[in-house]
Amino acid sequence: MAFWYAACVPMNIKGVLDAAERAGAEVTPATSKARRDMGTFGLVAGNTFAIADTFAQDRPRLPAPHQVMSELWKTTVQKKVTSKRSLVYHAQVTLKATLLGFVIGTGLGILLAVGIVHSRVMDMSVMPWAIVSQTTPIIALAPMIIVVLYSIGVQGILPKAIISAYLSFFPVVVGMVKGLRSPDAMQLDLLKTYSANTNQGFWKLRLPSSMPYLFTSLKIGIAASLLGAIVGELPTGAVSGLGARLLAGSYYGQTVQIWSALFAAAILAGLLVALLELIEKAVLKRMGMVS
Amino acid sequence: MNTQTTTQAHAQQGATEAVVEAKNLDLVFPTNDGSVQALKDVNLTINKGDFVSFIGPSGCGKTTFLRVMAALEHPTGGSITVNGMSPDEARKQRAYGYVFQAAGLYPWRTIAKNIKLPLEIMGYSKAEQDKRVEQVLELVELTGFGGKYPWQLSGGMQQRASIARALAFDADILLMDEPFGALDEIVRDHLNEQLLKLWARTNKTIGFVTHSIPEAVYLSTKIVVMSPRPGRITDVIESTLPRERPLDIRDSQEFIDIAHRVREGLRAGHADD
Repeated sequence: MAFWYAACVPMNIKGVLDAAERAGAEVTPATSKARRDMGTFGLVAGNTFAIADTFAQDRPRLPAPHQVMSELWKTTVQKKVTSKRSLVYHAQVTLKATLLGFVIGTGLGILLAVGIVHSRVMDMSVMPWAIVSQTTPIIALAPMIIVVLYSIGVQGILPKAIISAYLSFFPVVVGMVKGLRSPDAMQLDLLKTYSANTNQGFWKLRLPSSMPYLFTSLKIGIAASLLGAIVGELPTGAVSGLGARLLAGSYYGQTVQIWSALFAAAILAGLLVALLELIEKAVLKRMGMVS
Repeated sequence: MNTQTTTQAHAQQGATEAVVEAKNLDLVFPTNDGSVQALKDVNLTINKGDFVSFIGPSGCGKTTFLRVMAALEHPTGGSITVNGMSPDEARKQRAYGYVFQAAGLYPWRTIAKNIKLPLEIMGYSKAEQDKRVEQVLELVELTGFGGKYPWQLSGGMQQRASIARALAFDADILLMDEPFGALDEIVRDHLNEQLLKLWARTNKTIGFVTHSIPEAVYLSTKIVVMSPRPGRITDVIESTLPRERPLDIRDSQEFIDIAHRVREGLRAGHADD
């Protein structure tokens, strides 16, 4: 926090001095042209009177923490949730896409993992593609997905959800494959001595053993889902959602708005992960796996 | 019926009925650096009601032989029958229960639910499952612990629960692969005593892998001494100890003589490498 405040001074000093000059104040050096070639720290040293103003600009390069906080406060608590300027409104738009994407991604991930564990062919063929899918930059892929889906008549929340699912299925696949394979040879032999079939082995042994792994993946997955939904809002010209808010902020140089949207996204991700942690505790406790 | 007459009853049966018969059994594992002869020319007959211990250094094939009986490994030569059938068929007839070195209880199931696992898989009715759980819990002296989770039990109790699980579906043969290997000596003594009582009460045929000489001598009616590279039987000792065995029988001369013969057998197996 202190570092952040300290960073605001040199980051914003030029803008502050320009404004001060326009307002007729005495600044050293006197012209914007002369200042341009100077180091920021030198400017700060020569114009200590301006330091206070670096924390209170309208459009600072780097807004001070209290500016971000007050913007967050203004756009959440002080605005009606239905207002287009309310971050809560934008957050819930993104949240819907995130949750839908998360459900799709998790479902797909679990299905793929089950396939990989039970079929040699899938084991050898799916994993490389899953890895390739994650190394393709989503920021390049997202517009394509939206364009393609739009041309077949799919729009609204679904394209965003699909991008979000695209990011979240991978951790689930990796975690579930590991989880479903976690029973050791002895436990598999034990089932063999009962002449248990694959189905019974799955429901009675593999699936329950994979639960701790699943929850670890879900926590990574939901954060990825949120990211996907935000990225999905960027190229669509969406008018609502945290991504749209970020984009609008950058169009109009509203750094305070960008930072508050970023914080809103971070807080939302934190809440989602915390919620999953609660569910994890409850489920594992019910399963008797927490001592 | 008291235990004395029961044990005498199956002592008489034992003379007549062969449960496991292995003839010229060979098993070769292919590995990256050549094949390993895990079992070579193994001949053994186990009679009904026998308590057979397999003892030998690691790599002698004792566990492998147990696994062959359980159809978890398949021999590459010779023949083996369990209850007159192939091991695979015998398994489908639920001929044996298998107890591993680790209890391997499912941490997400209570003790009762763990014991129900094989019963669920084999399709027993709910009422039957509950009845059997009570019965076997009583057999291993864990009555009242059905609702507990495995982590709430000591290692010895967990292993007893895993024995209960193997007993739940009424298999005639109990195969135990170093079941007490991971437990301390005091717990082990106690469990050995309990196991003998359980054997006397249930009429089971038991195959028991161990590398403890006192454990093998104390428990068994027949001790199979094995040696490694290639895995083979070097001696089969029919125990002369009575079936009723208090713990202090281990100080008797007879016990010491048998233990001595086992030790000689183990040494003979090692002489040629």
